[in-house]
Amino acid sequence: MMCDFLFSLVCTGEIFELKAELNSDKKEKKKEAVKKVIASMTVGKDVSALFPDVVNCMQTDNLELKKLVYLYLMNYAKSQPDMAIMAVNTFVKDCEDPNPLIRALAVRTMGCIRVDKITEYLCEPLRKCLKDEDPYVRKTAAVCVAKLHDINAQLVEDQGFLDTLKDLISDSNPMVVANAVAALSEIAESHPNSNLLDLNPQTINKLLTALNECTEWGQIFILDCLANYTPRDDRESQSICERVTPRLSHANSAVVLSAVKVLMKFMEMLPKDLDYYGTLLKKLAPPLVTLLSAEPELQYVALRNINLIVQRRPEILKHEMKVFFVKYNDPIYVKLEKLDIMIRLASQANIAQVLAELKEYATEVDVDFVRKAVRAIGRCAIKVEQSAERCVSTLLDLIQTKVNYVVQEAIVVIKDIFRKYPNKYESVIATLCENLDSLDEPEARAAMIWIVGEYAERIDNADELLESFLEGFHDESTQVQLQLLTAIVKLFLKKPTETQELVQQVLSLATQDSDNPDLRDRGYIYWRLLSTDPVAAKEVVLAEKPLISEETDLIEPTLLEELICHIGTLASVYHKPPSAFVEGSRGVQHKRLPGSSAAGVSEAPPAVIPSQGDLLGDLLNLDLTPPTTTGPPPPASSGMQMGAMDLLGGGLDSLVLLCDPQMGTGFGAPPAAMPASFNVPVSGGLDDLFDLGVSLEIPNKMIFVSVQVWLPAMKAKGLEISGTFVRRAGVIQMEMTLTNKAMSVMTDFAIQFNRNSFGLAPAGPLQVLTPLSPNQSIEAALPLSTVGPVMKMEPLNNLQVAVKNNIDVFYFSCQYPISMLFAEDGKMERQVFLATWKDIPNDNESQFQIKDCHLNSDAASNKLQGSNIFTIAKRTVEGQDMLYQSMKLTNGIWVLAELRVQAGNPNYTVSTICLVLEICRIIN
Amino acid sequence: MIHSLFLINASGDIFLEKHWKSVVSRSVCDYFFEAQERATEPENVPPVIPTPHHYLISVLRHRIYFVAVIQSEVPPLFVIEFLHRVVDTFQDYFGVCTEAAIKDNVVVVYELLEEMLDNGFPLATESNILKELIKPPTILRTMVNTITGSTNVGEQLPTGQLSVVPWRRTGVKYTNNEAYFDVVEEIDAIIDKSGSTITAEIQGVIDACVKLTGMPDLTLSFMNPRLLDDVSFHPCVRFKRWEAERILSFIPPDGNFRLLSYHVSSQNLVAIPVYIKHNITFREGSSQGRFDLTLGPKQTMGKAVESVLVSSQLPRGVLNANLNPSQGTYTFDPVTKMLSWDVGKINPQKLPSLKGTMSLQAGASKPDENPTINIQLKIQQMAISGLKVNRLDMYGEKYKPFKGIKYMTKAGKFQVRT
Repeated sequence: MMCDFLFSLVCTGEIFELKAELNSDKKEKKKEAVKKVIASMTVGKDVSALFPDVVNCMQTDNLELKKLVYLYLMNYAKSQPDMAIMAVNTFVKDCEDPNPLIRALAVRTMGCIRVDKITEYLCEPLRKCLKDEDPYVRKTAAVCVAKLHDINAQLVEDQGFLDTLKDLISDSNPMVVANAVAALSEIAESHPNSNLLDLNPQTINKLLTALNECTEWGQIFILDCLANYTPRDDRESQSICERVTPRLSHANSAVVLSAVKVLMKFMEMLPKDLDYYGTLLKKLAPPLVTLLSAEPELQYVALRNINLIVQRRPEILKHEMKVFFVKYNDPIYVKLEKLDIMIRLASQANIAQVLAELKEYATEVDVDFVRKAVRAIGRCAIKVEQSAERCVSTLLDLIQTKVNYVVQEAIVVIKDIFRKYPNKYESVIATLCENLDSLDEPEARAAMIWIVGEYAERIDNADELLESFLEGFHDESTQVQLQLLTAIVKLFLKKPTETQELVQQVLSLATQDSDNPDLRDRGYIYWRLLSTDPVAAKEVVLAEKPLISEETDLIEPTLLEELICHIGTLASVYHKPPSAFVEGSRGVQHKRLPGSSAAGVSEAPPAVIPSQGDLLGDLLNLDLTPPTTTGPPPPASSGMQMGAMDLLGGGLDSLVLLCDPQMGTGFGAPPAAMPASFNVPVSGGLDDLFDLGVSLEIPNKMIFVSVQVWLPAMKAKGLEISGTFVRRAGVIQMEMTLTNKAMSVMTDFAIQFNRNSFGLAPAGPLQVLTPLSPNQSIEAALPLSTVGPVMKMEPLNNLQVAVKNNIDVFYFSCQYPISMLFAEDGKMERQVFLATWKDIPNDNESQFQIKDCHLNSDAASNKLQGSNIFTIAKRTVEGQDMLYQSMKLTNGIWVLAELRVQAGNPNYTVSTICLVLEICRIIN
Repeated sequence: MIHSLFLINASGDIFLEKHWKSVVSRSVCDYFFEAQERATEPENVPPVIPTPHHYLISVLRHRIYFVAVIQSEVPPLFVIEFLHRVVDTFQDYFGVCTEAAIKDNVVVVYELLEEMLDNGFPLATESNILKELIKPPTILRTMVNTITGSTNVGEQLPTGQLSVVPWRRTGVKYTNNEAYFDVVEEIDAIIDKSGSTITAEIQGVIDACVKLTGMPDLTLSFMNPRLLDDVSFHPCVRFKRWEAERILSFIPPDGNFRLLSYHVSSQNLVAIPVYIKHNITFREGSSQGRFDLTLGPKQTMGKAVESVLVSSQLPRGVLNANLNPSQGTYTFDPVTKMLSWDVGKINPQKLPSLKGTMSLQAGASKPDENPTINIQLKIQQMAISGLKVNRLDMYGEKYKPFKGIKYMTKAGKFQVRT
């Protein structure tokens, strides 16, 4: 056969021979020669030297020869750009060939020639082909745009090909639509922020129609594209779901999984009491189960995704435990994944079966798998309390097998079981101790030492056991060393009389002979504790431990949400957000489940949130009169107004007010003109905050505050200081304008702060280097740190400042907006938020109303985000939007707020809650 | 999309590479080789391997690794499905998918890959379209081509690619019109020590061979369609009709294709066709182990159980096995420790058995693991789920086709723990 000579073709002599054949007059000989050339190329030999000869064969009517030459061109054009230009003419000609196959072939090949010089010549033919009458040519041309974009993105944009591509989404041929979507998706990946795939109900409808008729690959592209759409309401969501569900019966598993993604995402928007919701849940299970009977590679990807689905919606597969049982000849990567999902699905109902399986797995050959199976038994014990006893006895059985790695894993998990169920299974300690000598892995040794230390009072020879470990102290890993140190200290506290020597030994080993700082530090701490206050030591070392949680390996909820939006992708296989690892996807937008936040919060115990409205004191008790720029705060209009220097009010109003010049001018009083006596943060402005809907945006991450005159010239021998506080890029700055209104030059400026509530202090010297001549002003920005000495001020946000110059020292006090102290990392995890909210006593809550806000909840939350007030969750109850928000002060104090927006009612209710009563009180 | 494809044989040589975008250096496969080295068995190489700049997605078929290189976020299933399609196409074209066959037909392979993907986007993956574009090599055609100088590349536009029924070409003509359907079911099951079923499910497919003239429109109905839990259809099947009436209605592709695959899950009771009595024991301190297996038919609805093959991976400590089969032959590979017993047909009157001893390494301790027994079998003329085709009708054409339906049950992953 042909390969015989193909594979013998190596040396240049043969290249020479081929050259002669390529230039032969006989068509047949030519073709055979080109075939030989291609064959050599395929196996990785360099035949680029033949470039001109091969290109000469291009002008032919023989389709096969043409194709072969095209193949060659694609491979070598890059290395021979000058030569490749010779081919351009033929391409342009072929693009006008009457045969659509040739036209398509030409446009396809053109795009594969990755040479910059050539691309410009290709624009015209490509434009024609995009509008070709034959859909086969159009669909090929659509892909060509993506190719060209890869080579020269600017050119594609300049030539308007992107718009043509967008038009193709409405093409009558489903294949053209699918390819246009595919091309646009690929281009969009390198343009994360461009709005290339502008999805609206019309385009969605077109896509859904094309979905039914295009090829399986086209269906994947379209489904992946649909998944990026956010339906307007639950009706639209349902109708899309209904039209996507038939894809679950496709033979191509990638289509199935992409359909699952769309359904999982859009399901979030469906009300749970809807019949359709239940139907959909039922429809999702069978296709997922079927994926598990496919080839192992498909199974692996499916399992990784099922792992996510099970975490998000365990109800889908809760009856399907058996399909995850491991077959002994499954590849290891499938086995491990199945095991993971088995544990996630384990419940009281099926635990007996699961345990029996796990015990079976623990006798298999594969060490990694056996280890994981043993761990799984421990996790079952922790997850399903009723099964704990059975799990422990299973583990004991396994320990009896004396298989080294099984014993070690078992001991590690038994330690966790002890922590979860203290004082319940200690009877097994004796059995564990028998296996002490066989432990050689650090984790198992550390676990065993922990057990011995923790239950030292019940183990008669605990001191001997620990002493035996101590012999090789320096050869142990850090984990074991730390554990041993703690265990011996525990032992000493429990049995002080017999173990004094031991504890001294370990303390000296840890502090004097070790060069590990962690170990040394811990050693010193124990040493000092023991020597100064044994009672305190007891309290510290033997303190009650927090219970370990059931699911230690759950994916963090926001990440899970994002991953659910990426089902079927690499991200879902690696369980990492796409931005974390895929090259070229810089700035990938984080996807969130639609309406999921509402769902998330409403799942929380209802007792927590709804009830708090009445109980909350009022926090942001702004007086609700028109903005304060018109004058000092009006008298309290509600009883809760006293001391209006509230945290949020003060911060927010000024902050918003001033970034809204329109508002400011609207009230005729530019902020800068505020009276110097204006030393109380203006209240009544939070409503402005919400009133901004007009058109103004808060500049990203910047917080503005009115410029105030802090130090009038008459009080400071001619030096006038006015200024404001700003937060720029996470740094608090005090921006001052120093004006010399005296007759003499001022020099040698310095600044100092008195101790204050939040430890504000200058982070550097005041940068006024040039002398300030009379009637001159100078601007100085002073970065502030929050690590200075702390003293509570009254009001809380009061700051006393001393400024020195060559004339005298001047003192003034000013108040900074609390909002300035809201840190950028003030976004709480939803779970944490809920827990914190629950933890804070009701007495710490306060409530107030903001009137006349015409912003809807989303706009308000965007606004607030600009001021580092983060919306954690949103839900809708009886026509009211509730926004749950968190902010964090620079000193680490969290403030949580609930904002209720009632549609049609311009008045907002804000309830704030904070752990530190002090702050709350000041808020009140 | 898919950047490049490398084919790697069992000994780790890259024997074919194809790039759809810029050329990716072969050295990217080093990451694959590393993973391959770490894996104890060839099939344990993880299907998705990250490298600093690329991702490698691989499938192992016919002892060849098909390694696809991707650079950006691409659904891995999409890549794996495509690779399967490549394997199927090679098999379709060359009869077998082996290194030798691929090397022999390297130009056709290259042409095929070029047609299947364009810049990483799937282009033509339907076998009938590909065959119009590139004719499969046959001995006759090779001869004819050499004499006449014609080519195996089709001249006309692959019409099917654009029609509403892209899976069927127009102008099909046969003198004998026939449509055959094979209902094939595989039982996947795990049986525990005591013989009770832990899990059992049925994977079924209906493979068709349809050679009908023109544009026939077929409907196929079942006696008991509710049995099917989850179905995946060939794109030709009209889904709406199935949803509403549980009838398969379709214009078939020409030739061989898989009409339907289905799943009957553990929710339904799955009949287990055979039972196995086993006694595999090792005694502490003895260098001998006992091995005793007996097979018998269980729920077979009176049909014969044929082509039975029993295999088991014996513990590593086993040096050799000295066994005596009542029928068939057995082999034991002392290197891989794989015991396989070709039983043949089970005679219910005289149950097949395999008895004897295993010799262990002297002084070695008793093996910890219990071998699992794998069973393969075939039962003709029966679908174990009980699925039955009710009728097959043809519309749209006038002639009377010859119709045939065959049933068969096989064991898939049928494992018995001991």
